[in-house]
Amino acid sequence: MGGKIGELEAEKHVQYILLVEKRKGDFESVVTEHLRMNGAYWGLTTLDLLGKLEIVDQDEVVSWVMECQHESGGFGGNIGHDPHIVHTLSAVQVLALFGKLNVLDIDKITNYIAGLQNVDGSFSGDMWGEIDTRFSYIAICCLSLLQCLDKINVEKAVNYIVSCKNLDGGFGCTPGAESHAGQIFCCVGALALTGSLHHVDKDLLGWWLCERQVKSGGLNGRPEKLPDVCYSWWVLSSLIMIDRAHWIDKDKLIKFIIECQDRENGGISDRPDDAVDVFHTYFGVAGLSLLEYPGVKAVDPAYALPVHVVNRIFFSR
Amino acid sequence: MHGRPRKAPKPEDTAASAAKAEKLRALQSQLLHNHHNQIYTKEALEISAKLLEANPESYTAWNYRKLAVEHNLSQSESDPDTVKSIFSEELRVVESSLKQNFKSYGAWHHRKWVLSKGHSSVDHELQLLDRFQRADSRNFHAWNYRRFIAALKGIPDEEELKYTTKLIETNFSNYSAWHNRSVLLSHLLQNKVKGFFPKEKVLVEEYEFVHQALFTDPDDQSGWFYHLWLLDQTVKPETPLLVSTWPVHGSDIIVSAEGCLDGRALSPFTSFHSDAGTFPLILYFNEAVEGVNSSTVTVKSVFTENKDLVWKPLATSKSCAAQAWVTHLNVPDVKLHPSTAYPIEVNLGDSQGIVSLSGSHCSHPSRFAFTVCVQPLSSKHAERQSVEMILWRDVNFHFYDAHVQESSPIAYFDRLSIKKDREPAASKWHAKTLVNEIALVRQLLSEIDCKIGKLTLARLLMAHDAMMSYMAPHSHKKVHSEEVLQLYSDLMELDPMHSQYYKEAQSLVLLQQVTSNRESLLKHCCHHRVSTSSSVGNSVCLRLNNLSLSRIGCVEQLLWVQMLDLSHNELRSIDGLEAMQLLSFLNLSHNKLSSFTALEPLRLLKLLKVLDISYNEIGAHPVDTRRYLCSSPLSHTVGSDWNFNEFVPDDAKVTNYWEAFAIFRGFNLTQLDIVGNAITDEKFKSFLIKVLPTLKWVDGEESH
Repeated sequence: MGGKIGELEAEKHVQYILLVEKRKGDFESVVTEHLRMNGAYWGLTTLDLLGKLEIVDQDEVVSWVMECQHESGGFGGNIGHDPHIVHTLSAVQVLALFGKLNVLDIDKITNYIAGLQNVDGSFSGDMWGEIDTRFSYIAICCLSLLQCLDKINVEKAVNYIVSCKNLDGGFGCTPGAESHAGQIFCCVGALALTGSLHHVDKDLLGWWLCERQVKSGGLNGRPEKLPDVCYSWWVLSSLIMIDRAHWIDKDKLIKFIIECQDRENGGISDRPDDAVDVFHTYFGVAGLSLLEYPGVKAVDPAYALPVHVVNRIFFSR
Repeated sequence: MHGRPRKAPKPEDTAASAAKAEKLRALQSQLLHNHHNQIYTKEALEISAKLLEANPESYTAWNYRKLAVEHNLSQSESDPDTVKSIFSEELRVVESSLKQNFKSYGAWHHRKWVLSKGHSSVDHELQLLDRFQRADSRNFHAWNYRRFIAALKGIPDEEELKYTTKLIETNFSNYSAWHNRSVLLSHLLQNKVKGFFPKEKVLVEEYEFVHQALFTDPDDQSGWFYHLWLLDQTVKPETPLLVSTWPVHGSDIIVSAEGCLDGRALSPFTSFHSDAGTFPLILYFNEAVEGVNSSTVTVKSVFTENKDLVWKPLATSKSCAAQAWVTHLNVPDVKLHPSTAYPIEVNLGDSQGIVSLSGSHCSHPSRFAFTVCVQPLSSKHAERQSVEMILWRDVNFHFYDAHVQESSPIAYFDRLSIKKDREPAASKWHAKTLVNEIALVRQLLSEIDCKIGKLTLARLLMAHDAMMSYMAPHSHKKVHSEEVLQLYSDLMELDPMHSQYYKEAQSLVLLQQVTSNRESLLKHCCHHRVSTSSSVGNSVCLRLNNLSLSRIGCVEQLLWVQMLDLSHNELRSIDGLEAMQLLSFLNLSHNKLSSFTALEPLRLLKLLKVLDISYNEIGAHPVDTRRYLCSSPLSHTVGSDWNFNEFVPDDAKVTNYWEAFAIFRGFNLTQLDIVGNAITDEKFKSFLIKVLPTLKWVDGEESH
């Protein structure tokens, strides 16, 4: 293994994120307008992990977030967009970053989420009924952050997730669906948050996950696919939650993430020399956090928020 | 977002991009306007179609279209042609959007929504799926949609299985097809569908099928993962089995309340020091089971009513299932019944009730019996009340001379783990299959140096050893250990990125070697003697230090251990120790434990008094990999005894404190060594002393 690991251009990434936030006019911004709530979560969490959250105008962000809330209690991806469970979690996560969960009407938002649980324990994304284990994770994570997990039937939720467990130890989006690192993160995260990791065959899944590391040091999302920086989060956080992260080569992964940076303009891309975006910038930095890269704050692998934010919610006096 | 090259924008690109942005923004704001005002005209629908074809991820537009469909249906007075054309227009928009992004969740869900209304051709969908399969055989959205359509149309599993055969024969590297195959076959096997019974017949065919893949392209992982599943189906027993107990069948247990025993040293396997008035009865199964209770397990003992026995699963979570279960039996009162051996008999598996996580019932009746007697107290005991500090230095350990103690050592030892006869015909097939697979993989490896092939061979050899030692315990020796250790060493060189995985596998093989026969096990047994004391022949310690162990295993062979030295290894976790219920003295110093949360298994060791975790890495890591494997508020698994706030000093860094609290609260430790970890400072030590009121020594000093 030759060559020393390069530097994380933290300052450049901070500037990139602030710039993206301001560039409302360009095509990239318009085509992602419907998921701005996710984008806010990715950008702001990255800033916090790099110790720069205070740059942002907290009040402006909080009031924009609240404008995205629908009368049903759920949040949309942007002002005027329909509510969806995905954006509801991002909204809660953004408010948690600022320590502003108290602006929420807890009953209103938790009722929205609880109302999306189906009889079999699964969760729909919204009133239109798409079912996916991503939504199980989102519901459990969101209610946990609001300390209202008992508003749903946790046992049934867990049973549904377990029904999506595959013979290779991984999890898919619905029963019988192929194992995919993103879905595995969601299922393992949901099981972690509900104290149910005994349902995971940690050796079997740990091996499937560690085999995601390919020669370049990067991680792919499932067998015979290309590596992608975002899997530095989905795969690595899953490995961390089941305590098998030492089965990959951490230094090589750090090197891969570092190489995916745009050193001049800031931002991180899915693969070296590809176009950067906020999504991959967040997952690259969060991955580096899990790899204990110096200068990056610790991130919680299940809540996907900085550890100090999670501790503030659960261990404050 | 994915796979677009990074390039600096040229001026003409910027202008074009701005124009595109303007068009898209106009579409989006018009869409939102129409949506909020419930405008569902043809023109409005056109706008939404244009938007979705450009940007299928704009989910509000899909919602809008569903509302538009519902609105227009209610206007159409159920004219079948109108209804059909409304839905085919939706399908057209979806197909058009999928051209832009064939992974769009919103597009695929909209299609499902349309199909579930029942007005569209399912056969057409199957044709569409064929096209998608050819374009990208790994598109999981298409596979999920296929499963939805198959269910809708009622296509039987056998037919879908044939479809996977067709795909795999076209291209072996189709993990998605192999995966689907495994799902379908599991259903067919489980339901004992005609043509898919007996299981062995099906497995033989599947092995032949996957062999083609392995030999055609050994470096493609798809076939090997499927092969691993077949192996698991071959090796795993149909029903859960009891593999080990403590006490062991036929043993004569002597329970004594003191560490020294009148100069008469006792066998470590059959003596037990306890002043608790009870002793544990441990059952160890080959896999996690539920339903162990006084109805499914009958204990006949003069001193305990079976119905009063409470069985606990030894699991580090709120799981009701565990591999190891424990209950506690009363010890005869030494004043009333000195030195009399009382018989105890345990029966299980007669009735249904003990069941694995996959739902199979323990159906083999097991019976074991032993005797218990209580060692009378010597006169010395009354005087020597104080607890002494344990020093783990080599000088305090003395070689354990087995010959003096064991009356019938060999026969006793072999009863440490239970072996039984399985149905001969079935097990012969399983063993023969393993032998075949071993030969096949060896042949493949002679032609090509393939990492995953080597790993498979190692797994096959270990599985074969395990199976043979179970089926023919006295004739078969574990012959493959050395070869397996070598395979893992080769793999560490061939595939250094995953070397920690191979290292852990090696630790398990090493522990198998140590614990698999009496001679090797006794080599690691030592007397621990405190030289300053006048007492003779104290506890026997199992010393597994300095073995480069990165993982604990073979715990079923070690249920008798009361004193364990695991120092100077590379342990990051101690999973498995929770079954060792007799453990009172434990040395984990000089390992790689990186957080208190790694000690969660110790919470189940009620007899633990002395713990050395000095010179580990606790406090040195910002990332805690055990955070969700221990009981804490983060995972909603704390009990009502969580009163953390009473213990924390005002300015403490909360993280390290709550982890220590989570682990140590309720412990009855008398001695703790913690020096050499990044966390320890005076403030932290005084916090620990508050949490552990029974502590007498911390880091060699008396605590006040």
